[in-house]
Formats: sequence, C-alpha cells, structure tokens
Amino acid sequence: MIRARQFLRENARNPNAIAYAVMGVGALAFPAVIQFANNGNGDYLVSLAADSGVYVLLAIGLNVVVGFAGLLDLGYAAFFAIGSYTYGMLASEQLISSPIHHAVHIPFWIALLIGMFVAAGAGALLGAPTLRLRGDYLAIVTLGFGEIVPVFFRNMRAWTSGVNGISALDVPTLPFWITGPWANAQLGIEHNFRFVSFNPTAWYVLVVILISLSVIGVNNLYRSRLGRAWMAVREDETAAAAMGVNTVNTKLLAFAIGASFSGFAGAFYGAKLSLVSPDSFGFIVSITILSMVVLGGMGNIPGAMIGALLLYSILYYFLPAAPAQASALAHSVGMDWLNQSSPNGWPGISEFIHRLQFIMFGLILVGIMLLRPQGLLPSRLRAQELKRGVHDESAVVTA
Amino acid sequence: MIGALARMPSTLRTLGSSQVSNLIGLLIVAAALALTLQHVLQHSASLFFQILIIGIADGSIYALIALGYTMVYGIIELINFAHGDVFTLGGYFSLALFPIFGIAEGKAGFGYVIPLLIVALITMLLCGLVNITIERVAYRPLRNAPRLAPLITAIGMSSVLEGAMYLWRGPFSLHYPDLLPLTRFNIGPVNIGVKDLIVIAFAVILVVVFTLFINLSKLGKAMRATAQDRDAAQLMGIDINRTISATFFIGAALAGAGGITWGLYISSVDPFLGFITGLIAFTAAVFGGIGNIPGAALGGLLIGLIRAFSDSYFDSSWTEVLIFGILIATLVFRPTGLLGMRVPEK
Amino acid sequence: MSAQVEPPILSLQGVIKRFGGLTAVDQVSFDVPKGQVFALIGPNGAGKTTLFNCITGMHIPTAGRVVFENRDIAGTKPYRTAQLGIARTFQNIRLFEYMSALDNVKVGEHVRMKAKLWDAIFRTPFARREEREVSERAMEYLRFVGIERHADNYARNLAYGQQRRLEIARALATEPHLLLLDEPAAGFTPQEKVELMALVDKIISRGITVFLIEHDMKVVMEVSQRIVVLDHGEKIAEGPPTEVRNNPRVIEAYLGKSA
Repeated sequence: MIRARQFLRENARNPNAIAYAVMGVGALAFPAVIQFANNGNGDYLVSLAADSGVYVLLAIGLNVVVGFAGLLDLGYAAFFAIGSYTYGMLASEQLISSPIHHAVHIPFWIALLIGMFVAAGAGALLGAPTLRLRGDYLAIVTLGFGEIVPVFFRNMRAWTSGVNGISALDVPTLPFWITGPWANAQLGIEHNFRFVSFNPTAWYVLVVILISLSVIGVNNLYRSRLGRAWMAVREDETAAAAMGVNTVNTKLLAFAIGASFSGFAGAFYGAKLSLVSPDSFGFIVSITILSMVVLGGMGNIPGAMIGALLLYSILYYFLPAAPAQASALAHSVGMDWLNQSSPNGWPGISEFIHRLQFIMFGLILVGIMLLRPQGLLPSRLRAQELKRGVHDESAVVTA
Repeated sequence: MIGALARMPSTLRTLGSSQVSNLIGLLIVAAALALTLQHVLQHSASLFFQILIIGIADGSIYALIALGYTMVYGIIELINFAHGDVFTLGGYFSLALFPIFGIAEGKAGFGYVIPLLIVALITMLLCGLVNITIERVAYRPLRNAPRLAPLITAIGMSSVLEGAMYLWRGPFSLHYPDLLPLTRFNIGPVNIGVKDLIVIAFAVILVVVFTLFINLSKLGKAMRATAQDRDAAQLMGIDINRTISATFFIGAALAGAGGITWGLYISSVDPFLGFITGLIAFTAAVFGGIGNIPGAALGGLLIGLIRAFSDSYFDSSWTEVLIFGILIATLVFRPTGLLGMRVPEK
Repeated sequence: MSAQVEPPILSLQGVIKRFGGLTAVDQVSFDVPKGQVFALIGPNGAGKTTLFNCITGMHIPTAGRVVFENRDIAGTKPYRTAQLGIARTFQNIRLFEYMSALDNVKVGEHVRMKAKLWDAIFRTPFARREEREVSERAMEYLRFVGIERHADNYARNLAYGQQRRLEIARALATEPHLLLLDEPAAGFTPQEKVELMALVDKIISRGITVFLIEHDMKVVMEVSQRIVVLDHGEKIAEGPPTEVRNNPRVIEAYLGKSA
C-alpha cells in the first residue's frame, strides 16, 4: 500500500507515466466507448483504431533507430514491406506460382516471429556495410534502399504476383477466445476462433497486446547495457569506443531491432488487410512514420506512440472527412463557389484539402525541428541535447 | 550471428582498400560493358546512337542538378534534399511564366528565343531565391545543432516544396510546351535532333560558364576557400554567410535551368519528378566525387548513359535498382567517387 | 631501485606515425613498467596525444610495434584495446554530457557486463541482478574519485574538476590494467592537483599501471617513477625523474634554443 502510494507520488508529475496511463486506460476503454457512442455501429472505427496500431508499432521501431541510436533512416517502409511480404508468402497460396510450386501456410503466430527475424536480418544486412558512413550518407542510402525494396517485390512476379500483390492471406486462429456483445454474441468462450474482418475488436485486442509487449521490451532495452550504449554512441562515438563499446555492433543492433518491429507490424498488417501490394510501401509511408516520431518526441517511446496516434488520426480520420466537412461548411455559409473546381486551377475545396497531406508533413518536420525539436512529449535527455545551449544548472535526471 | 555480420564491415573495409576495390570495380565495369556490348551488337547501330544521345542529353541535365548538390555539400557538408524539388520548380515556374511572355506550343521560331531566354533567367533567379530562403529558414538556424536536425528539416523542406507544387497544380503530370525545333538530321548512322543538340549545348555552356566563374571570380574563390577550410576563410575576411547563400543561389539557378531543359526535352513535369531525379543526380554527384565539380559533371554524364542503356537494352523496371546499387556501392567501396577527394567516412 | 622482474606492461618499439607529409611520431621506443606511474612529457606539439592515440588504436601507427601484455596491438580498434585492458581519459574531456554521472560510469562498465540481448529484453533475474550490481559498482567508482554526491546530475553540470574526476571514474570502470591519463591536471588549482596525486596513488595501489601526459612539472616529478620526454615526435630522454630533470637536452627542448 505504501509502495503503491510512493509509486504514485513519484510518477504523478512524470509526463511519460501520465502518457502511458492515459494510453493504457484509453486503449482499454476505447472499443466499449466507441460502440456505445455509435449505437453499436462503431465497427469501422474500431477497425481503424486497430490499423493505427500498426503505425504505433512502426513508430516504436523507427524510434529505436532514429531516437535512441540517432541514425536517420529514410527508408523504414522497406522493412515494413519485407515483414508484410514475408507473411504474404508464408501464409497464402502465393508460393504455388513460384518456382517451388508449393503453397506454404505457416500459422500466424509463428509467421509473426519469422517476419520479425527476417526484417531484423534485412536491417543487419543493410547496416553492415553502411553504418560506418556519416549521417547524411546513411540517410541517402536508406532512402535508396527504401526505393529499391518495393521495386524488388514488384518485379519478382513469380514470388509476389508483382503489381497485383498477394491476396487472400491466412488469418490468425486461436484455440479459444472470449467473445461477447461487442461481436454480437453471447458472452462466452468461442473455440477455434478465427480473426475475421467483421470482428474488428479481436484485431484491436491483438494489436494492443502486441504494442504492450513491444513497449515493455523496448523499455527494458532502453534501461539496459545496450540502451546506454546507444545513448553513449549518439553523444560521443569516439569516447564510447574508447570505453569499449563496439560502436558498429551497437548501431547494427539498433537497425536490426528497429527493423524487427516492422516485421512484426507487417505480418499483422498483411493478415488484417488480407492483401500485400507493392504500392503500400513507398516513400510517403517512410516519411509519415518519421514525422510521427519527430512530432511525438524522438527518443521517447510514449512520445513516438502519441505522435503516431495523433498523425494517424489526422491522416485517416480528420483529413479524409475534412473535404466533405469543408464542402458542407462552404455550402452552409453560402460560399458554394468554393466547392466548384474552376478553370484557373482551383480544384474545389474538397480536393484542395486532400492535397494538403504533403505540405503538412513537410511543415511538421521543419516546424518541429526549428521550434520544438524535442517533439511534443520529449525524453528529458533528448530535450537537453536538441535544445543545445539551454542550461539548467539544477537539473536532476529523472528519465 | 550478429558478430559475424559485425565483422563484415572490417572485411568490407579490407575489400574497400584501394587496390582490391579498384580491381573489383574494374572487373564489374568490364563485365557490364561486355554485357552491354552483346546487347548492342544484337540490335541496330542506329538504336545504339539514339540511346547514346538520349543518355548524353539526360546526363547533361543530371550534371546540372548534380553540381548544386556537390557545391552545397562541399561547403556545409549537408545534403540539400530539397534540391531535386528546386529542379522541378524550374519547370513549374517557367510554365507559369510562358503565358506572360506569349510563349505557347506551336509558336516556335527564332522570334521566341529571346523571350525564352528571359523566362529562363527569371526562372533561375526565382529558384535561386527559393533555395536561399530554404537555407536561411531551415539550415542556418541549425548549423550548430546535432547533425540529425538539419537532415530532418531538409527532408521536411523537400516535402514542403513537393506539397506546394501538388497544391498549386495538382498531382498530375503537366504538359510542357514543345518549343524546340523538331528537325532531325543524319550524320552517317547517327540520327540526331536539333532538340538534343540544344539541350546538350545549353548544359555545356552553363557548366563552362560556371567552371570559369568558380575558378576566376572573387566569389568563386571565396566559395572554394570556404569549402576547404571555413575557419581559415573567415579569418581571411570572407563573409561566410554570404558565401553560403551564394552557393545555394547558384546551385539552384543551375537546377532551375535543368528544370526548364527537362521540360523542353521530355515535355512533362510533375510534383514528384524532383524526388527521383534528385536521387539520380545525387548518385551522379557521389559517383563522380562529391565536392568535386568536374566530378559532378562527369558523374551526371555517366549516370545518364547508364540509365539510358539500362532502360533500353535491359529491363527498365530494374534501372532504379541499378542506380541505387551504384550509389550504395560507391559509398561503401569508393567513397571518394571517381574524381573526388572528400571522404564521407567519419 | 629494485630490478624489474616482470616484463613491462606496455612496450613501444620503433613507433612511427605520419600524417601525409608530417611525421608526428618518429621512431619512438620505450617500456612502461608494470604497477608504476609513468609519465610522458614534452613541449606542446611534441606528439604526445598522437602517441596515446597510437596506443589505444585511434590512430594506426605507420610503422612499429605496440606491445601490450605480450601482444602487438598496433592498429587494434579502440573498443578492442579497451576490452584488452587499456583505458583512457581525454585532453579536452569527453564525457557523455547529457547522461548522468552514474550513467557515464555505467557505460564504462559496458565492456565487462555479461547480460545478453535476451536478458535485457525480457529483464530476466540475471539481468536485473547484474544491473543492480552495475549500479552499486558505479557508485563505488564515484566514491573512489570523490564525486558520489553528484551521481544523478547531468555530466555537463558538474564543475570542471568534478568532470575530470568523473572521466577517471568512467575509465576505471572498464577495469583496465593500464590507465592512460591525458593531462589530468590541466586547469586544476594547486589543491586539486594535490588531490589528483593522492588519487593516482590510490589507483596504483589497486595494481593498475598509470601512464600520464602532463605539463605541470611539479606533479610529474612528484608522482611518477619514470618519465619519457618527447620533442618534435622524437624521444629525447627516458629515466627516473631526477635524471630527466637534469638532462640538458630536456631543458633545451623546453626553453628553446637560445637565440
């Protein structure tokens, strides 16, 4: 009781703890609240929330690379593609049309781990020859890698169905699962449960579990020997090496571990969408994830998560709805002419808002780096580093 | 396993040692040439020359863009990711200016040379101003911040420019008026168009003027001095900020010229043209030797040729992979590039 | 002095380091006896730090051998020499500024920790126990150099003298056999210099050989048992302090040739 009290007191003002608490409670309450608010028609939103979980995982992963180790990776979507395609090839009929002529159907849970390792391996493979390059060059190399990988998948038609992508992917199954009113059934245990698209709650729960495990794992890493090594290498690589830190290995591990989250996320993404297509992994995805991490707070796990949730909701909820809202608004204010596209180039307010995406990302990245480089929810450490020149003599480390 | 992979860098470093890597490089080049030769011989000579000319023309445009990358990198050791988009802006600005000067498709003829040149100059000026603004706003404030910061703003700026063009004219490809004469003529097996000659000549003139400028003018010398040793240059009384701004301006002017040239040659531009073209041009800059001006020109030419040959004789869907493969291989095995002396390793 | 029975812990044999046309270290050979304080002195620009860098692997010697505990380590990477038992501090202090003092020392312990990746991710009992031990040992090192009160302060917020001591603590955490100190007394008050010499004595008593570069002659004469003198990259003297101090070549090197 006393320990609980002490714990609460210590963390009451710790922004990270608060963030975790809010996200935790929010995650638990969300499906119920949404369904209630929508009179049982909240399935779409629950599904959307589950999809956002993919980006949360990706942000956590990229945060390891960019935030912890300080390596700018501009082609993170490549690992996402690798994770997704690994699942696609191992859990569908796809491989029948490949040279091995035999479909592989590995259960989701194992394919998840395989995807993780394959992506990690790809990360290590990419990193091995390139991590000794200085920052800008590494960034460009990762950018190039991010461009090449989807091209590979698009071109290896026999293995990946090229442009059409792999479809009809296997869904996860469990021996039993708790089902209830949210799935329009009686409260009870369902045997031989299959994750299907008309039960988004199951997907939602699954992704929340995956995220929780990831957060625990990454936090543990952060407070471990490797986490300190990442910080040291980021601060002063020469000094770190002089203290016996194998800087190349350290960076490689950041790359590999960061990539493994994409593997994870990719398998979930493929299974839920039941489709893996080469067009889903372009540069816009890489830069979206980067924006999420930068916006939320580089080097801070709850920061990256919040950045992901925030940007995702803007991109996939508010922005798509905005054109219609804006049109309606224009109409209601009698400014209907805004809705029409005109010959001199105005595309109509609806299309205009749709086109704001790119410039929005750019402004976020530039704005954050100039005004608040540590992001919305910074780690104490990074905040100090990035705001170079701000002295706080009495600062005591809490993070 | 991680250990084995970690040992790769040192193995690769031995591989990267001069003699071995040069040998490997030569072998790869020889193999590539042999393969290409085989394809060339299978097809007609006229096809070969056609591809050659396209390669040189494209290559000259890449060279113009590569110069900007290499200059900026040489002086502040930062990759200006937005540079490729400044190139695209060249196309967009000129498109917007054409109606003002009465230039439109189907109105070709000598009378339009002057207006075209004026549009070109204004476009180059505008591109230069855009780049200077980018430097002022996104890079200068972060000159002393950790390296990651300006890299992120650079990417952000690139997105801002792309987004601006996206907003301005939409996501579509825009048609660029066909203004260059379409006459073609034959010199032996070579069928060449006036268009090709103009593109190549224009690029060559710009590169020559630029090289003269950088070697003979006071500002050019200041730029070279600042690139070599910023502190010493400052001690000698050179205004660093002005010099850096000038570098950005000139690089962008060249890229803008490249944009117009691209439009005239290829007849279309779109908001994301600069992204890929920029990466290709950057590969050219690295390949030729980053920080090295003749290197950028040479790199541009070679990459243009490689791309043309790959697209035509081999499978164009793999060209991108080839180009980026060259980028990665150059950085890993021969970071100084063909002609350069700057080593990008820490 | 009693005869040296043990082989020297470090032996430089004909070490040369050239940078392009400049020869920074020219055919330098000397032995560092085990368990004592060995000093490297010389006028500015004599090549002292370059020599340190050749020992730790930050520079690869152009020629010559660097024999540490009977193996030639010339050209070995810095992280590897640290693993082998050579630790160092830097002339212009290279701490991890935005990490706490305690964390700085913990990084020093990195090289001796045994926890694997799995242990870290899953926070196994082994990992937890080791982390506790690492924390305790780090506090011990901080106590050893006298700055335990600042364990949780950012390294950049420590006073200059405390920062120098933190660097030493961090280096000690790597459990070295040989400790290289690059101008450890630079900028110190006389009182701090006395404390530093006491600290060096404490380090020696733990069996660690100390090899230091230093400009303050008083400190050098008092604390070291053997000195080697470098000038323009060449060794011009080697021996016990009394010998070196009276060596005419050494005096000339410091005072410069009279006009």
